[in-house]
Amino acid sequence: MSRVMIYKRFERFWHWCQALLIFTLLITGFEIHGSYSWLGFGEAARIHTLVAWALIVLWLFAIFWHFTTGEWRQYIPTRDGLFAVIHYYLIGTFTGAEHPYRKTTRAKHNPLQRLAYLFFKVVISPVIWVTGLLYLFYNDWPATLAGALELEWVALVHTGAAFAMLVFIIAHVYMTTMGHTLTSHIKPMVTGYEDLNE
Amino acid sequence: MASTGCVGFRLGLIKAFLAVLALTAAVGVQGAERSPPTADHSKFEALKGPFEDATEVTEACLGCHTEAAEQVKGTTHWTWLYDHPETGQQLGKSKVINSFCGMAVTNEARCTSCHVGYGWEDMNQPPPQADSAVDCLVCHDTTGDYWKFPTLAGHPTYVPREWPKGSGKMVQPPDLANIAQNVGASGRANCGSCHFYGGGGDGVKHGDLDSSLVNPPKALDVHMSPEGLDFACSDCHSTWGHNVSGSRYQVEAKDTLGIDVPGHTDMTRTTCESCHGASPHEQQKLNDHVDTLACQTCHVPEFARGGVPTKMWWDWSTAGKLDEDGNPITEYDENGHVSYLSEKGNFRHGEDVVPHYAWFDGTVEYTLIDEKLDLSNPPININRIDGGPDDPDSRIWPFKLMRGKQPYDTELGTLLVTHVFGADDTSLWSNFNWQKALEAGSAMSGMPFSGEFDFVETRMYWPIAHMVPPAEQALDCGSCHAAESRLAGVGGIYMPGHDSNIWLNRIGWLAVALTLLGVILHAIARMIFKGRKHS
Repeated sequence: MSRVMIYKRFERFWHWCQALLIFTLLITGFEIHGSYSWLGFGEAARIHTLVAWALIVLWLFAIFWHFTTGEWRQYIPTRDGLFAVIHYYLIGTFTGAEHPYRKTTRAKHNPLQRLAYLFFKVVISPVIWVTGLLYLFYNDWPATLAGALELEWVALVHTGAAFAMLVFIIAHVYMTTMGHTLTSHIKPMVTGYEDLNE
Repeated sequence: MASTGCVGFRLGLIKAFLAVLALTAAVGVQGAERSPPTADHSKFEALKGPFEDATEVTEACLGCHTEAAEQVKGTTHWTWLYDHPETGQQLGKSKVINSFCGMAVTNEARCTSCHVGYGWEDMNQPPPQADSAVDCLVCHDTTGDYWKFPTLAGHPTYVPREWPKGSGKMVQPPDLANIAQNVGASGRANCGSCHFYGGGGDGVKHGDLDSSLVNPPKALDVHMSPEGLDFACSDCHSTWGHNVSGSRYQVEAKDTLGIDVPGHTDMTRTTCESCHGASPHEQQKLNDHVDTLACQTCHVPEFARGGVPTKMWWDWSTAGKLDEDGNPITEYDENGHVSYLSEKGNFRHGEDVVPHYAWFDGTVEYTLIDEKLDLSNPPININRIDGGPDDPDSRIWPFKLMRGKQPYDTELGTLLVTHVFGADDTSLWSNFNWQKALEAGSAMSGMPFSGEFDFVETRMYWPIAHMVPPAEQALDCGSCHAAESRLAGVGGIYMPGHDSNIWLNRIGWLAVALTLLGVILHAIARMIFKGRKHS
């Protein structure tokens, strides 16, 4: 066992800021969608726009960080061990089996995590980003775009991606409780350090 | 209001307005500053009087303002005719039918009391030709004492005369010499003396124009209020050789010129954009709405807010009922507004009315006297507004939607107009006899009448553009972006917060619910098996 820095300072900053921003976006976004009224449409839309810009800036920094540090490799998908992990979550966790994946600093995500986070990063987030910007700049669409696309479709895809985000978060938050103890997965994302068998 | 439907207590209001003006001047409240006049009309010999009648005053005016009469006679204020450039229809007050008293032509001396001239008693003829028949004073009196008597075809009274009829109140002839010596630029009360009283009484017709605008508080009209900018009508309805800009037949529904700069644009200021430009908000997202929404759609949240009710429903079909003694009946609603008059039928009045919203490109078409009605599809549109979501020149506008029942010819399938006013044996208000009144209306208007009539439900659109409160009172986003939206059903727009795809919602929330369910079941199973492992 060794105590190693598994989530670096920027990574933790990025993760928790992103969490806060996404929760704010979900809460204001579903109000804009008309699911409930709390802040009022105008205030919800104002905050949603402001926070969306903040998230975009954060993403730009995060993308830069991923490429300059090579951390993007953490998300390369692999089938190797994937089914063992799925099997563990469906069955092994109840029978008292050990988690089949051994984390290292160079491969800190198990194959299922890699897939889930990759999907989050290359599908859900970009779709929300692109449709959100189209939504925001609806009035400035060039004529060719305005002729081919309707706001209603942009709103539909944006909202669809928001539902996907909500599903991701529910599953993600639940999965964090599945370590040796309820908080053993969450602690490293706060302190950065985890005890690894290397 | 008088049972004969009229222009009663205006003098008092105008005097009150002047008193307030004097007061505000005394305490130094600043409204729009105006250049001092270059002439003191009390120094002109020609205006010393005495004047036998108002046409003599006009002659005196024309002694210096040599072109004024010709200019006025070229305007719709004089001709009551308007050739519509888009539809080809000939409109104007002498041609159109409305949902109030029908047509001016069948009620001449009464309706022509608002003609900007004297002595137009037969509307089948053009207005009197003499230059002295132009009424300068109705627009340029600043004393508030000049009043075109309701039944004298545009003249003020020259002898003490009772008004309203039977009230015992005597209207004294105005001091024409004093009025002539105090002429000046038109104020709100001048324009308002006709435009606030259209349809037979204060506030009846427009909904956004009534006597409360003579001296409005800022919350009622930020531009016209003496507490605010103290605008005269003509500050926006700018004039060119006595021709006043702004039209209800061809409205400028979307001004893309923006702020009007001398020498660069058209020099009319009737649109909001003329002064405020096309992106007046600090928040860009609000400016994004300018393509789709007229400014008034958010900035006139309700009309008839000044304490003067406007007529929203007028059912002529019930007119003519008399009590046991054969006398006309008057009934009032719970707000004290007249709800029934034997002369006019049933009414509904409204205050603080939420407008009706519709796409509008500015073009208004009328159902004219010879047009066949689509009776299978009531209500009948007395006027029709053009425009739609796919037309780049259209925006969503607020309207007063005037509704009611009006007579039509069951044989010919055309509208009928009624001879309501007149001391003769055919007018509805003297005789309560529809057959006679409609026959007389037919003879006067040239509208054919088979002798068979009934009543049909009608509606009429009145664009709303006045009573703009300070910006804080504009509608908030949630007035439209909500399940209960003011713009529900307008069509052609996707409104976040109001519109959404029901299948996306069903599938989306189902996915969320299934995820939660899966998580909960998994967690429960974990707890159960954890217990077993330990045991």
